[in-house]
Amino acid sequence: MRTLYLTLKYTAILLWSAFVIFPFLWALTTSFKTANGVTGGATWIPWVQYEPSIVGWQSLFGGAGGINVMQPFANSLIVTLTASAISITLGTLAAYALSRFSFKFLWMRNSDITFFFISQRIMPPIVLAIPFFLMLRTLGLLDSLPGLILVYVALLMPIAVWVMVDFFNGIPRGLDEMAWMDGCDPVTTFRRVILPNAVPGLVVAGMFCLIFGWNDFFFAFTLTFTQTQLLPVAIVSLNSSVTPWWALSAAALVSIAPLVVLAFVVERFLSKGGLAGAVR
Amino acid sequence: MYRQKYLFLLPGLLVLVAIILFPLLFTIRVSFSSWDVYNPGLNWVGGENYGRLWEDARYWEALLRLTGLTVGTVLLQYTLGFALALLVWREVVARRLFRVLFLIPMMTTPVVMSVLWRTIFHESLGPLNPILEGIGIGAVPWLSQSTWSFIAVMIVEIWQWTPFMFLLLLAGLLSLPNEPFLAAKIDGAGPIRTFLSVTFPMLGAISVGAILIRLIEASKIMETVYVLTSGGPGTSTETSSYYIYIRGMRDFQIGYSAALSLTYLIIMIVTLTIVAKLLVRALVRDQA
Repeated sequence: MRTLYLTLKYTAILLWSAFVIFPFLWALTTSFKTANGVTGGATWIPWVQYEPSIVGWQSLFGGAGGINVMQPFANSLIVTLTASAISITLGTLAAYALSRFSFKFLWMRNSDITFFFISQRIMPPIVLAIPFFLMLRTLGLLDSLPGLILVYVALLMPIAVWVMVDFFNGIPRGLDEMAWMDGCDPVTTFRRVILPNAVPGLVVAGMFCLIFGWNDFFFAFTLTFTQTQLLPVAIVSLNSSVTPWWALSAAALVSIAPLVVLAFVVERFLSKGGLAGAVR
Repeated sequence: MYRQKYLFLLPGLLVLVAIILFPLLFTIRVSFSSWDVYNPGLNWVGGENYGRLWEDARYWEALLRLTGLTVGTVLLQYTLGFALALLVWREVVARRLFRVLFLIPMMTTPVVMSVLWRTIFHESLGPLNPILEGIGIGAVPWLSQSTWSFIAVMIVEIWQWTPFMFLLLLAGLLSLPNEPFLAAKIDGAGPIRTFLSVTFPMLGAISVGAILIRLIEASKIMETVYVLTSGGPGTSTETSSYYIYIRGMRDFQIGYSAALSLTYLIIMIVTLTIVAKLLVRALVRDQA
């Protein structure tokens, strides 16, 4: 009985692991193929089934038959990091205010304002795409990094507010009140007392901003053309009926790699129990 | 109390309002115009677009399809994610390694993965059909037949987002107190009984949250469809967002697509609110 249970358990775990790894292994082996290796049908083992070549990887740095990923990679990095930094700064400040002070604009109170922030996530990107397009065209920011950063701030700030409001609500108010009694004004209190205690929340918020920023395709796709290409757009532009699978696979692996590191960070938090408060 | 409180709130609030409010108001106004390639501009045609939308079978079919796709994938993701979380929750060899592994797909760029999946599903050159033939199932017309391309989209979605359910539920499991489990053990409850009356009820709130977030995010599906099937074959995998995209960004019927997207937005908000209420009632029993 016990053995049967364990067998089933590990079979399930290994099956799912295989499912998870499958696309990565396929991409890895494909990235070392050439046209001959691809058109002969699916093969997995280099040297035995096909003659490996590094053409796919060379194409990433300007070699023939693929895309140069350097510039798109840098663009993606700049846009994601800048937008995340702005979103987290503004979002954390707003979240602190919503958690500690009471507001009233017309009929709107704190919970309504918090909901306004969060509700932006419900908005389907397609609803915003066309107005964004026309808005950026009016501002002359179409196909430019600042334009994308502007849009991504709107995309990411709600996430930051969401995570941080919850997080600040979990920090006892007594901490603030003690600082106020010592004569600190709210700005000093926030900077000296609250912020140092909010680091785990900031890490979670930052992680989500990086994931959603780096992984967005739709806005980058509709709001840029040739001048400013982000990484996902560059990769999808390779996707056609005569796709060079080797170049595509190599580029895909390069674009995925930076965030896979985050899985390790998340797991650390998870195992230490640091995420429990942040996801509630 | 403090004037400074506005210093905290307003920068973020104003930036968001400035970026979001214009697009939203503009969309409302445009939806009452016939802005297209031939007549770009804000004329007034009243509710013409909304009348056309009402009779646009393709739009409602896409919405129906989206509902099936969203509900189907999210329920599967929830079930699988919960099962995986339970599997690596307690004593397992190399559990940290498996936890990392199970999390990885949600970190990858959906659209890039879709491009890779398209090569995997390729009917003559991809690796999937040879494997299926090897285990005796036979080749499958993944992207050329309606039902199978729908299933292909679902597989990709499940691969990508089950980790999200897994993450939230595992975090929930790890934060559970030990006492109820001890009590169940003393009462002689088996593993199934313990799960049904202790574990599952205590994760009610987290379950509702996780399912709702996924429903919201899954209903936006568009990139996977765009790359994997382009809505095809025919319109068999076309979802709402993708249909609106075709009308707006490809046919450039700005006015009509604005009406489509506003209607869609309202339907989403109403549906999700109702679903949220129902879920809370069903899953969060009166446990504090």
